[in-house]
Amino acid sequence: MSALLEVKHLSVTFETPQGNVHAVQDVDLTIERGSTVGLVGESGCGKSTLGRAILRLHPRNASVQGSIRFAGRDLLALPPREVRDLRGRNLAMIFQDPMTRLDPLMRIRDHFIETIRAHDPTVEKKEALERARKVLADVRVPSDRLGMYPHELSGGMRQRIMIALCLLFKPALLIADEPTTALDVILEAQILELLRSIMKEYNMAVLLITHNLGLVAEFADRVAVMYAGHLAEEGATIPLFREPRHPYTQGLLASVIDLETTQLYSVPGAPPTLLGRSEGCPFYPRCEKRMDVCKTVYPEMRPVGDDRRAVACHLY
Amino acid sequence: MSEPILEVQDLRVHFSVFKGFLQRLLGGGEAKVHAVDGVTFSLREGEVFGLVGESGCGKTTIARTLVGLVRPTSGRIRYRGKDVNIADKKSRFQLQQRIQMVYQDPHAALSPAMTVGEAIADVFRTHGIINERGMRIPATSEEVVRKAALRALADVGLRPPEFFYAKYPDELSGGQKQRVVAARVLALRPRIIIADEPVAMLDMSVRARMLEFLLELKDRYHLTYIFITHDLATAKFMCTRIAIMYLGRIVEAGPAKTIYADPKHPYTRALLQAIPIPDPERRTQKVLPRGEVPNAVWPPAGCRFHPRCPAALATCGWEGRDFVSFLEERWLPSDMEAEESELGPVEAWEPADFEVRRESSSDENPSRIADRVRQILSESGGPMAQAVTAVAVEADEVVVRFRRPDLLAPKEVDGRIVECLLY
Repeated sequence: MSALLEVKHLSVTFETPQGNVHAVQDVDLTIERGSTVGLVGESGCGKSTLGRAILRLHPRNASVQGSIRFAGRDLLALPPREVRDLRGRNLAMIFQDPMTRLDPLMRIRDHFIETIRAHDPTVEKKEALERARKVLADVRVPSDRLGMYPHELSGGMRQRIMIALCLLFKPALLIADEPTTALDVILEAQILELLRSIMKEYNMAVLLITHNLGLVAEFADRVAVMYAGHLAEEGATIPLFREPRHPYTQGLLASVIDLETTQLYSVPGAPPTLLGRSEGCPFYPRCEKRMDVCKTVYPEMRPVGDDRRAVACHLY
Repeated sequence: MSEPILEVQDLRVHFSVFKGFLQRLLGGGEAKVHAVDGVTFSLREGEVFGLVGESGCGKTTIARTLVGLVRPTSGRIRYRGKDVNIADKKSRFQLQQRIQMVYQDPHAALSPAMTVGEAIADVFRTHGIINERGMRIPATSEEVVRKAALRALADVGLRPPEFFYAKYPDELSGGQKQRVVAARVLALRPRIIIADEPVAMLDMSVRARMLEFLLELKDRYHLTYIFITHDLATAKFMCTRIAIMYLGRIVEAGPAKTIYADPKHPYTRALLQAIPIPDPERRTQKVLPRGEVPNAVWPPAGCRFHPRCPAALATCGWEGRDFVSFLEERWLPSDMEAEESELGPVEAWEPADFEVRRESSSDENPSRIADRVRQILSESGGPMAQAVTAVAVEADEVVVRFRRPDLLAPKEVDGRIVECLLY
């Protein structure tokens, strides 16, 4: 059986007055049905751009190259109308701040009715509300919230409602872009538990985009680490955390502060700007294991070891 | 043990909530956000004191009160044993020179239209230049001011200072901006620095450097820190003592080591458990508190954490609205229609302090409703059900009454202060 999502050689370039910004460069990513992939990286590494490009939600000044095959169809080759129907029906996305995604002038019920009718114009109001109640129960939200406006709800409730809106058509893939970053730790953990149980119930795959390695460790089956628009490393979660291979992954893991931290570590330098294209490895200026070849030759993603891992580094 | 440099006693900060015309007409008590509601702590010279809690717990309000941005409603603040008259502008101003604050977002703290050098020079122009011995030298010439600003930049590691002097904030990285903010704060030679989530906006790979930098400044300038964070892991690394806050109150406070080794308050435990562990081989099922932090305008009775607490007792402060949430929750999984027909819609239950009432319509039998309530309460058997003193029928109303909560006060337990009825 083929994978649910297969991204190949994906590049996203923004044209700006200052020059071209290469936000995503030559990225390959595969997501199997019902699985969770964590896409981690720091701000500006291109992880959100990649997530949006999969849904073809990139802005007008972006050019997208490569291929995105979803359930056997190339999303980049489909007419916009068909993509729009896939989006919301088979592919859904939740964002960091649910308040900005809900219309402040619309009651929650109208969000549901509108979403359902966008895909199924013939559905009666009553039936739409019935379906809304069902998915709300799945995300543990009392159905009296349907009559409320977004501002009357707490942050956690809003995010649950966003998730419920995504679930209406039982999508095969949910892209969650920093879904818990605006929430406190306890709420974050609650939402994650919820996503986990819903994934099972709906047999849904999740692409979790986050800067938080702890979340990925708790949630994802596989991890993809992004740096400066490139994929640095990709592999199954447990072996990757046990033995990170790319120096950036190693640095990122070492700089996590958790309850057992006794020694602080930070990666030297700062992430590069994505203006213009760099010759060699983008991590070269910050890398503690850099070699001469790294300066001039870009390291391709290569399989390393026997745990289905790929690393973009000349060390391997 | 050294004398406390700062003591905060029973500090309260309440904010009035704007009410619409109709609400004012309808009356009801004045609505106030109880942002900080009786907080007491002291700061020892040279320590890093952590104020830890989720958003809305009041930690930032305390900070803003200490630097004079917010007027406290009541309470005492003592600096080096001397009372600071909160009502007096001048004495608050003197305190402000001693206490300075580093904010979460360095970008918002710097003017985008000013070079960072100028931003620092401006402080010297306003307050004069304070030398190593704490002497204030008036800023006589631009040359003196510029020199002082350059030295301040070099002192926080922005070298060569001439290069950074002419930079605008958006030309710098987050870490560099945070250093500029630090340079400006240090220009007044404060004794206490309040760092409000100083690394929350920074990327993981550079966070540690900022924390190390803060610790280095502390040693170099003999500073005392109040470190505000929602992140218990960072607090553990940075702080000598911590206070965990929830909805305007300190629920547990003491030496960091003691609290992390054996957290006592159920909220502290919940916070610790919720932290994601960056090790996929140690995934565990978490027992999380239910729901979210309630509205601080009407904080829960008794212990404010009781509606979410996994270890709550019958004496913790159960009240009418807890019964309403209980009904909401129990209806979720089961067949709603059948339940609703007997108890009526949730909205029909009107909570008021320690009771909750529901008027029955002419075609309903209030004693049947009361029986049903008794039944579901005994089925649940939880602490809320145990707190019910009576389910009664009064005329055509069904009333559920709750016992009053036991008195809650901070108590010393195993080397730390806890505010919880379990102890």
